[in-house]
Amino acid sequence: MQHWMEWAVAFFLLLGGSFVLIGSIGLSRMPDFFMRLHGPTKATTLGMGGILLGSIFFFSISGDVSVHELLITIFLLITAPISAHMLIKTALHHKLKAIDKTAGLDNIHPAQQKQHDRQPKP
Amino acid sequence: MRFKPKYRWLPTPYRSMLLLLVWLLLNQSVEAVHLFFGSVLALVIPLLTLRFRDPQPLIERPVLALRYILRVFGDIITANAQVAVLILGPKRRLNPAFVRVPLDLQHELPITILASTVSMTPGTVSAEIYPSAELLVPGEPLPQRWLLIHVLNLSDEAELVASIKQRYEAPLKEIFQC
Repeated sequence: MQHWMEWAVAFFLLLGGSFVLIGSIGLSRMPDFFMRLHGPTKATTLGMGGILLGSIFFFSISGDVSVHELLITIFLLITAPISAHMLIKTALHHKLKAIDKTAGLDNIHPAQQKQHDRQPKP
Repeated sequence: MRFKPKYRWLPTPYRSMLLLLVWLLLNQSVEAVHLFFGSVLALVIPLLTLRFRDPQPLIERPVLALRYILRVFGDIITANAQVAVLILGPKRRLNPAFVRVPLDLQHELPITILASTVSMTPGTVSAEIYPSAELLVPGEPLPQRWLLIHVLNLSDEAELVASIKQRYEAPLKEIFQC
């Protein structure tokens, strides 16, 4: 393997790894559920992208061209926002408390209105 | 908005292309065998599953859709950098907020794409769309719907709403012609 390619693989692995680490730090460090969600949904996508790019480089130079990893990236990009959406919807449904300085808390209430809250039709 | 496909044997042209692409990526080759078999699958699977799905609006402006995807990719990278800085920075400086964005889009598919995009882009996660679909009364005119988003660090609400509407919603309206 050429020397500079090793550098490229190492660079992408480190980049990806540090973004995943930052996402996890955000998960443990933020004060309330809604803020915790931001780390894993975003920092982790780029982190995984970096690790997978490293994998593409590594396997492409040590053998055949390897592009499977692109599929993982695509599926991750499609599913990450949906799982985040399901989590935050559940949090709203359970009426989890956001920290006090959160602005616009009154915007939540209409979103929590569901079918059974409505007046039954005569 | 257009629901009816141009050809009956090709109900979802772009999904077929995506299926072929996924097949080729899985096999990691562009040999004739894989091209042929992938094309067969890309033609047959949409036809077989057509009846299981609700009709969705078709993409009218593919070039614009491609540009939208590239733009979102760029934004994901900046979003990651921004969120990383916010997470590592001091906690007290953060101003979290719930913001609601008025939606001009009406169909579920464009709204879903918009909500997913908002989740992937700087500092925002989409939380809810309301009034929810189960509260809509069929036959009555659609009420104004809102997208509720959670912002990690809000600086200017009006500017954020305007940027979401102009940067993501306007191109989606163009792409689906609605």
